[in-house]
Amino acid sequence: MPQFRLPENSRVQPGKSHAAPAGAKNVKTFRIYRFDPDSNQKPRVDTYELDMSSCGPMVLDALIKIKNEVDSTLTFRRSCREGICGSCAMNIDGVNTLACTKAISEIKGDAKIYPLPHLPVIKDLVPDLTNFYAQYASVKPWLQTRTPAPPDRERLQSKEDQEKIDRPSACILCACCSTSCPSYWWNSDRYLGPAALLAAYRWIIDTRDEATGERLDELEDPFRLYRCHTIMNCAQACPKDLNPAKAIAEIKKLIVERQH
Amino acid sequence: MSLRSPLGRVLGLGSARGGSGHWYSQRVTAVALVILGCWFMASLALLGAGVPHAAVIGWLHSPFSAVMALLLVAVAAYHAQLGLRVVFEDYIGDKGTRLVVLVALKFALVVAALIGILAVLRIAFGAQA
Repeated sequence: MPQFRLPENSRVQPGKSHAAPAGAKNVKTFRIYRFDPDSNQKPRVDTYELDMSSCGPMVLDALIKIKNEVDSTLTFRRSCREGICGSCAMNIDGVNTLACTKAISEIKGDAKIYPLPHLPVIKDLVPDLTNFYAQYASVKPWLQTRTPAPPDRERLQSKEDQEKIDRPSACILCACCSTSCPSYWWNSDRYLGPAALLAAYRWIIDTRDEATGERLDELEDPFRLYRCHTIMNCAQACPKDLNPAKAIAEIKKLIVERQH
Repeated sequence: MSLRSPLGRVLGLGSARGGSGHWYSQRVTAVALVILGCWFMASLALLGAGVPHAAVIGWLHSPFSAVMALLLVAVAAYHAQLGLRVVFEDYIGDKGTRLVVLVALKFALVVAALIGILAVLRIAFGAQA
């Protein structure tokens, strides 16, 4: 059976509080999940009060401010700070999104920040994405052809055909979608999840690719593909406004199409 | 702890090359159930409330009504089997338990369908009231 309650050693305890500096007028409270694998302690939620008059507008700005000025032990991934690397994906205010593109002003009340759901936690806000990346690799996300490339130019594609892969190619593999999907929570060992299936779709509809049939063969599986029940959390969570649920529905339609 | 590579674990036993039939049948039977369900509701409405037992028996005696009722029972049971299978596959992680439950589900719904079919046939072939 799936676990509806966290195992004993994962249950979150109340943590430390860091008060706002004296004289701060515009105070915002951040409640952040903390877990240190070396401490042998259960995870906890620490409270940080920040003076917003000296903090940038995004959640990532607040996290960096905490790390620089309040508590240097806070651990999180970040890189580009402009929504293109996908490193700072986390659960903010109950929704998976990127800390760098989520405005603090959009959050009513205390800002609750947790790691992406249902993944093993390495430390604080850093989840283990090994299985997620392996699933991406399993769909062979690269061009496969039998026709040799023209000797004097690149493989050509019409403008309309390029537009088909334009949106799915914009996926940054932040894992917000897959980790928001209940089907992925229960069966991520076999269900590929929205991100990997969106990547598969991107190559299935690429008119330059010649392995479409093999790609569909590999996906035609009760668990790999058909665990998707069109819950649509993926489309709602995607910080790039992509629609993995629609891509999965299109894959299902293509598999039926080749039988009729 | 497994020393198998993450990719090896994901690739696992490979693709089952199946599941599309199940998915397609679930949708086709859903469409059929809309039609059969509408027919059933409309028929009951036409019979009206508080009709005598004999009137209902007489209605189910007609070949058309009997065939539609048989289809309703059979398609509903098949659709239920398809749908419940998905629920059990989602929520039962243990492979052995899952297999036992899925087989039990098939048995239970075949029995339920046959009871319904036999009941309709008994009325259809029985004496006109």
